[in-house]
Amino acid sequence: MNLPVGRSTLAQRALLVVGLIFLFAMIDAVLAQPFGVARGAAPPEVGGFAGWILQKQAEFYRMLSGLIRAAKADGSAAYTLLGISFLYGIFHAAGPGHGKAVISSYLVANDETWRRGIVLSFASAILQAFTAVAIVGIAAAMLGATAKAMGDTVRVIEIVSYALIVAIGLRLLWVKGRAFLRLLRGENHMHHAHDHAQHRGHGHDRDHDHHHHQHAHGHDHHGHSHDHDHDHEDEAHAWGHAHAPEPRELTGRHWFRRGFAAIVAVGLRPCSGAIIVLVFALAQGLFWIGVASTFVMGIGTAITVAAIATLAVGARGLAGRLAKAKPGAGMIVLRGLETAAALVIVLFGAALLTGYVVSERLMGV
Amino acid sequence: MLLRILLGIFVTFIIAAPAGAHPHVWVTMHTELVYAPDGKITGIRHAWSFDDMFSTFATQGLESKEKGKFTRAELAPLAKVNVESLKEFDYFTYATADGKKAELAEPTPDYWLDYADQVLTLNFTLPLKTPVKAKELKVEIYDPTIFVDFSFDKEKPAQLVGAPKCKLDVVLPREMTFAEGKKLSEIPADQPNTAMAWGAQFANKLLVHCP
Repeated sequence: MNLPVGRSTLAQRALLVVGLIFLFAMIDAVLAQPFGVARGAAPPEVGGFAGWILQKQAEFYRMLSGLIRAAKADGSAAYTLLGISFLYGIFHAAGPGHGKAVISSYLVANDETWRRGIVLSFASAILQAFTAVAIVGIAAAMLGATAKAMGDTVRVIEIVSYALIVAIGLRLLWVKGRAFLRLLRGENHMHHAHDHAQHRGHGHDRDHDHHHHQHAHGHDHHGHSHDHDHDHEDEAHAWGHAHAPEPRELTGRHWFRRGFAAIVAVGLRPCSGAIIVLVFALAQGLFWIGVASTFVMGIGTAITVAAIATLAVGARGLAGRLAKAKPGAGMIVLRGLETAAALVIVLFGAALLTGYVVSERLMGV
Repeated sequence: MLLRILLGIFVTFIIAAPAGAHPHVWVTMHTELVYAPDGKITGIRHAWSFDDMFSTFATQGLESKEKGKFTRAELAPLAKVNVESLKEFDYFTYATADGKKAELAEPTPDYWLDYADQVLTLNFTLPLKTPVKAKELKVEIYDPTIFVDFSFDKEKPAQLVGAPKCKLDVVLPREMTFAEGKKLSEIPADQPNTAMAWGAQFANKLLVHCP
């Protein structure tokens, strides 16, 4: 194990950062009580980057109504509308929301690849746009339902979606938590298998490391996913020897079917903004323009979520490499990280379900 | 190093995001502070106008005799839902009299909604549980989750009713200046912004000084 020192410290730092992210995410999920502690205490303080994001997306959102009106008289305004919808989607997803957090935690806990992360992000965002269109299309356009009726529908969908998040988190927590506990108790025959895997993985890893130093960034990605796949194998080996619960179930090729639950959990609940825009477009007699705008917003949202999910996967990959360098402790930290990520999903879902994190709601309707 | 910068952005995204929502409703308000002849403040009278998109959304599916127009009577059921659901949010109104929290009661039953030029306006009065005489009265209106973005009407933000000797100051939410926007954008994304307070834009404050 003669890894270059610089690399090892970088990996250590990365692991620290990842650990901190989850610590803060957990604290965030637990303490976020917009209507509890903070109530009446002080006006919301939104600083820096987050404040800027909020301001930008509010600006874009406010432009939408004017553009929808303009599209009525002048068809070319529709293109501007789509452009602004796209930007709005990008900025909107960068603001607070459970989609990013759940998807990122899910990817980290499940040790998924970045490609899968992107697929999950896009699928859930498109589903979200679809739900909004379906609700407004059926309830408002066809049945003439009131805003209150739509709000009630959204609330039912919310409960289903949050319950699903809790269920996904609990399942991951059960699998990952048990593996973590087993590792902590030190069931040692697993160690052998691990070391064995280590030797194979090691040479490979070093090769890629050199790539990393000599080549441009495009290659980095490639090497990255390679590493990752090998991680998989090695860990699966270790797991198999340790009599872990079917690793194939969690990392096998049926990942999409498994990921489907996560897509539905995140994507089922429509964005209030999209619903309001759709109803407004409907009232102007331009429902289809509203539909196009909603889907473009969804693509924008997906890009942001995918970017953040990719970062989470990258950080997880670094942590994985560090774990290889230190067979005993590294593995414990890695499993602990996965367990923490699973816990974040559970806490997030529970907080949303009990209304502590009121992500979005339609006031007065 | 690139990775570390990316990780920094990631941390900023996850941590810096406030535990709230996104603004989806914009309210332009006119607020009156109502005083009794004995100099005590008795209530806060709000007129909140919603943005056109939310106004359209809120009136979706409501029956009206004339298309695109709603009478006060036709909007009465919606007004009831509005006012009742605002209770959960403390009517977004927070008052302190001489530094002490002034409790607000439920709105008086004479609340109503009207609809003009595609804008819905909610009118309601929040009485103080116990009217108080205060040298310094502070009324703040804001949504802690930022789902609703409040701002005072530019022409007629607020006024005092029946308090001839008192002076009213409206503390307007501050817009970011160009220079500030530029400075903010120059802070590297991987560094937390500790230099600039940007929350002030969400605070709407009424300050009343009485002799």
